[in-house]
Amino acid sequence: MGRKLLLDKAHIEGIRYYDTYRSNGGYAAAEKALKTLGPEGVLDEVKKSGLRGRGGAGFPTGLKWSFIAKPEGVPRYLVCNADESEPGTFKDRYLMEFIPHLLIEGLLISSFTLGANSCYIYIRGEYAWIPEILEQAIAEAKNKGWLGKNILGTGFDLEIYVQRGAGAYICGEETALIESLEGKRGNPRIKPPFPAVKGLWQSPTVVNNVETLAAVVPIVNIGGDEYIKYGTGKSTGTKLISACGNINKPGVYEIEMNISVEEFIYSDEYCGGIKNNKRLKACIPGGSSVPVLPANLLLKTAKGETRMMTYESLADGGFATGSMLGSGGFIVMDEDQCIVRNTLTFARFYHHESCGQCSPCREGTGWMKKVLQNIENGKGKMSDIDLLWDIQRKIEGNTICPLGDAAAWPVAAAIRHFRDEFEWHVANPQESQTRNFGLAHYADPLPAPAPAAV
Amino acid sequence: MLPASTKDIKMAEEIKLFKVKIDNISVEVEPGTTILNAARKIGGEVVPPAMCYYSKLQGSGGKCRTCLVKVSKGSDADPRPMPKLVASCRTTVMDGMEVANITSPEVLDARKGVVEFLLLNHPLDCPVCDQAGECHLQDLSYEHGADSTRYEFKRRTFDKVDLGDHIKLHMTRCILCYRCVYTADQLTEKREHGMLGRGDASEISTYISQSLDNDFIGNVIDVCPVGALTDQTFRFKNRVWFLKPVDAHRDCENPKCCGKTVLWMRGDEVFRVTARKDKYGEVENFICDTCRFEKKEAKDWIIEGPRKIERNSVISQGHYVNTVKPKDPLVDVLDGRQPRLLFDIHTESQVNRPEIDLSKIDGPAHSDDFKK
Repeated sequence: MGRKLLLDKAHIEGIRYYDTYRSNGGYAAAEKALKTLGPEGVLDEVKKSGLRGRGGAGFPTGLKWSFIAKPEGVPRYLVCNADESEPGTFKDRYLMEFIPHLLIEGLLISSFTLGANSCYIYIRGEYAWIPEILEQAIAEAKNKGWLGKNILGTGFDLEIYVQRGAGAYICGEETALIESLEGKRGNPRIKPPFPAVKGLWQSPTVVNNVETLAAVVPIVNIGGDEYIKYGTGKSTGTKLISACGNINKPGVYEIEMNISVEEFIYSDEYCGGIKNNKRLKACIPGGSSVPVLPANLLLKTAKGETRMMTYESLADGGFATGSMLGSGGFIVMDEDQCIVRNTLTFARFYHHESCGQCSPCREGTGWMKKVLQNIENGKGKMSDIDLLWDIQRKIEGNTICPLGDAAAWPVAAAIRHFRDEFEWHVANPQESQTRNFGLAHYADPLPAPAPAAV
Repeated sequence: MLPASTKDIKMAEEIKLFKVKIDNISVEVEPGTTILNAARKIGGEVVPPAMCYYSKLQGSGGKCRTCLVKVSKGSDADPRPMPKLVASCRTTVMDGMEVANITSPEVLDARKGVVEFLLLNHPLDCPVCDQAGECHLQDLSYEHGADSTRYEFKRRTFDKVDLGDHIKLHMTRCILCYRCVYTADQLTEKREHGMLGRGDASEISTYISQSLDNDFIGNVIDVCPVGALTDQTFRFKNRVWFLKPVDAHRDCENPKCCGKTVLWMRGDEVFRVTARKDKYGEVENFICDTCRFEKKEAKDWIIEGPRKIERNSVISQGHYVNTVKPKDPLVDVLDGRQPRLLFDIHTESQVNRPEIDLSKIDGPAHSDDFKK
């Protein structure tokens, strides 16, 4: 059994409510942070822990917190990004639904560290029932003196507000989220200035993912030095992975970042293998925007090493042969899945979710969708594959926010690794409407890397 | 000692100028200047094209991505290059920064891509578009575009909308630069239009089709880089290159309006009134709607002289620039008497009747107008 830090008490009945949470050691970290550690102490622990943002980019949280500007007389804000809209990612939902007090405790400690007196939870509108759970938990915490004025007699005030989004994926981008929170159209802002300098209402703001903020609680509880013993290398601690697709046991798993991808997919503790004893064809290890990998590159890196469930190992080989841990939306595809259709699904999603502010993403995503639709419907041409490659290349890196990159990467990776399947679709338009390409050679062992030339 | 100290501050300010190298041309600019404005200080070929940035509008820019440049050296203090191409209109310079614009193949390639994206859903109806001849997208695609499109799908279309009596919105041509949104936000007292929808379905719209009867809303026509917002009083009246632009002014009652305009004339008829634009297509001063839409007679204006038009503009092909109306020698020769016409064209032709004032016709001129 892997060690757990976030979900270790999730099985306890009634953990959603304050009394059970408190009697199981809840709010001990908040007490420790406010009474003994102080803001500097917590920041030190978080820095020592090597905690990395769990929202997708993996930016060190301690570093992010230390960037926040501290001008006199200007309020600071902490915003919790619960706009979890990436296809395949549903880890934050589990956390907020079952242990909301863990998040609130994390928000309390983080706000105290940053000196923020107002904290916002921006939650996606589709999670219609969760704001009520959170608001109830906030009310409970406020009743018991964990929120409001002069918390624990330290003179620190904090109010937590829950704001519902209106169902836009783009509002998960931090500056678009801030715009939306201000009541404007959710367009990403042009950076710089970064939110740490000018964020919500032109004040310094930190935007963190739900899981990141929740992870602050165990860090304060056990200390940064102890936390670093979990995981491997720079991927410290535990990570929530929302596994879905053709597996026996889809769901949210907390993993310690020291297991291999193969173990995660096939062990009974986690996904429990591929459904119906099919073979693994491909996997998207971190939510829809990260590159898809064929089975042979997923289980072993191009260098022949075992691929681990860590930030570094999944990114090994760059985009040529690697992927990203992203937000932890682990999508497994078996031999019956069609990569072209899958890519089309994502392209359609990004086309629908592009905000339309900057031209490459606004026009390019729609174009990619239409070309992919043609290929999928058996009307494609061989030149379309190169065209797709050229379109994604011209979107990537040329947009205001990372949504352009997120739209380009799945298409790029699909063409890079599954070009044969695209070509088969174009060459066999009739057949491609009735059957799938199948597993083909995508699980074959990779050729051993050539020895270095002497 | 006060003057000396202020002088010191001034000296210190002068020393603080940032040295920037754009395409190997050095320029010194004040801190806080954007790369685009630094390039404009140099002028010429190294200036990146800008479709959405507008120096007079706060917060504009960064959206169209045509002004992308490569920063090959961040600054003297931190010489690392920037990882991605940056929008030069929104990136401020650092001391010692080195920028590659036309010297970087990567930039030119990206720009070509952006132009292709901008033209993807553009109807390319230049032959019937009023903006033709002064359209930034035309210039941009001429310079950076491909000769044919790779897009094989139906283009997105919208219905035309009348925004009040004076402005026509043709959303199909729009490239979503947001300039008009900023203009409405910053110049007029109440903003009534903005963006609806998302992605490539997003559109400029007035909420519940409200007309935009603010004093300065006509400026959205001038800031529009394409033909999406056109002047209803000028629509289909004439091609701009057949008109003679002259600088003119009047004492405008509106205190916020400068009254300095360009009249677009043919003969003595005023076809339209616009603000004065600089060589980057940006207006020098915004004008009020009374000047723009109501004062369509030459006698309303004090004419200063011909407007200087950039030589590469098609408008200058009309050869109206710097020409003086030749003095008719006949009057002198005939000692004041008018020459007797041997043949009056109006007796033979229905068009060109002197009593028909083309600019007064409501809507496009039609053969029916001449049959009356």
